[in-house]
Amino acid sequence: MTMIKIENVAKSFVLHNQGSAIIPVMDGATLSIAPGECVALVGASGAGKSTLMRMIYGNYTAQAGRIMVGDVDVASAAPRAILELRRTTLGYVSQFLRVVPRVPTLEVVAEPLRAVGVDSATAEVRARDLLSRLNIPERLWTLSPTTFSGGEQQRVNIARGFAFEYPAMLLDEPTASLDATNRAVVLDLILAAKARGVAIVGIFHDDAARTEVCDREVDVSDFTPEVAA
Amino acid sequence: MTQDNPLLQVEGLSKFYGHRIGCADVAFDLYPGEVMGIVGESGSGKSTLLNCLAGHLPPDKGRVMFDTRAEGMRDTVTMSEPERRMLGRTDWAFVHQHARDGLRMNVSAGGNVGERLMAVGARHYGDIRGAAIDWLGRVEIAEDRIDDRPRQFSGGMQQRLQIARNLVTGPRLVFMDEPTGGLDVSVQARLLDLLRGLVREMGLSAIIVTHDLAVVRLLAHRLMVMKDGYVVETGLTDQVLDDPQHGYTQLLVSSVLQV
Repeated sequence: MTMIKIENVAKSFVLHNQGSAIIPVMDGATLSIAPGECVALVGASGAGKSTLMRMIYGNYTAQAGRIMVGDVDVASAAPRAILELRRTTLGYVSQFLRVVPRVPTLEVVAEPLRAVGVDSATAEVRARDLLSRLNIPERLWTLSPTTFSGGEQQRVNIARGFAFEYPAMLLDEPTASLDATNRAVVLDLILAAKARGVAIVGIFHDDAARTEVCDREVDVSDFTPEVAA
Repeated sequence: MTQDNPLLQVEGLSKFYGHRIGCADVAFDLYPGEVMGIVGESGSGKSTLLNCLAGHLPPDKGRVMFDTRAEGMRDTVTMSEPERRMLGRTDWAFVHQHARDGLRMNVSAGGNVGERLMAVGARHYGDIRGAAIDWLGRVEIAEDRIDDRPRQFSGGMQQRLQIARNLVTGPRLVFMDEPTGGLDVSVQARLLDLLRGLVREMGLSAIIVTHDLAVVRLLAHRLMVMKDGYVVETGLTDQVLDDPQHGYTQLLVSSVLQV
């Protein structure tokens, strides 16, 4: 059984304003992730870890191949189908928090729950629980996270990412720049998600964290295209 | 959200100014609850397109099918002028860049909101004033300003009043032409937050024309990029902005100044 199945995915960037340079970055990417499994993408910087992750999320287009998440092929699906997939099935914890200014932290965290129809009281309880577990001081909850420190923003981002229990998740450096206490909280969240059967693809530069939560590693350098002479 | 029918279906929409192209061969579907952004430089045809969609300009070719409450899908290009104007007062709303184009400057704030209700048949003074107060509150205008005229308001307040006037009749589709243009950034942020909340609460569909890529990133689900009257790229907003395929979109995205 697989939750995410990637087959022969290829990607290149065409830079129209720089002499139409074509930069092939990936070819023949193939991997699958079962429910409850956590797979780490590894490879040198620039090898395409983030690119592959962004393609799974539909943030980058793929030139060839199939990217099945559940029964949706992200590589060919209409925008509307991808939006629905992101709402109900596929979560993404990026490295950067991007929010509408002025929206309070509690609402930012509760929003993914509200988007799937959870009532505001229930969503708020969950948001409060996550924010306190991630040690965001309660006096900040009613403020917009735009003015928070980098580490606080990252924790708000993680709280938001884990608010709704998606069956599949993408984690981009979820423990980067966290102190030991918060790092342990995030690893617990990941292990709990795995125990629930969530299929996870992650990028972890933190070796110990990777060893603790990941079942196997996929080296994306294997998908680097042969450069034609 | 996936199994319903489109609210708006646009096919082959074109508008010419003599030999010049206003917009050409535009086609898309918009579903209930969806927000679509249209971006492009000045003269790219985005405002022409918006005005053709909203019935302010007659297109030369194409169809604009709207899912009317009474009769289902109707082509708004060929329907009669009174029918189209009725849509403009009920199911459609149009938020102009300059609030004074969408407001009656000599009528009180409450009157501006109430007038649209009266246009759809509301007659009870107490009800109308109650609805006006409710809507002023929702756009964060203090109740004691209800009898002031819009010219006594700041630019940001005028824009919020215009939004209240437009949304009081519970439209299903809102056209917005540079809704945050000309406002300073703190006022913009407040307006964006307000629009986002209203779209979510009321399940509105919206088409937003802007040249501000940050605005569409926060508000729009989907994006359409126009150049010289043609749509050169469409897709998920974050995909178009982060992995633009067309040369013009790449230029547009890479030209944004980093803050």
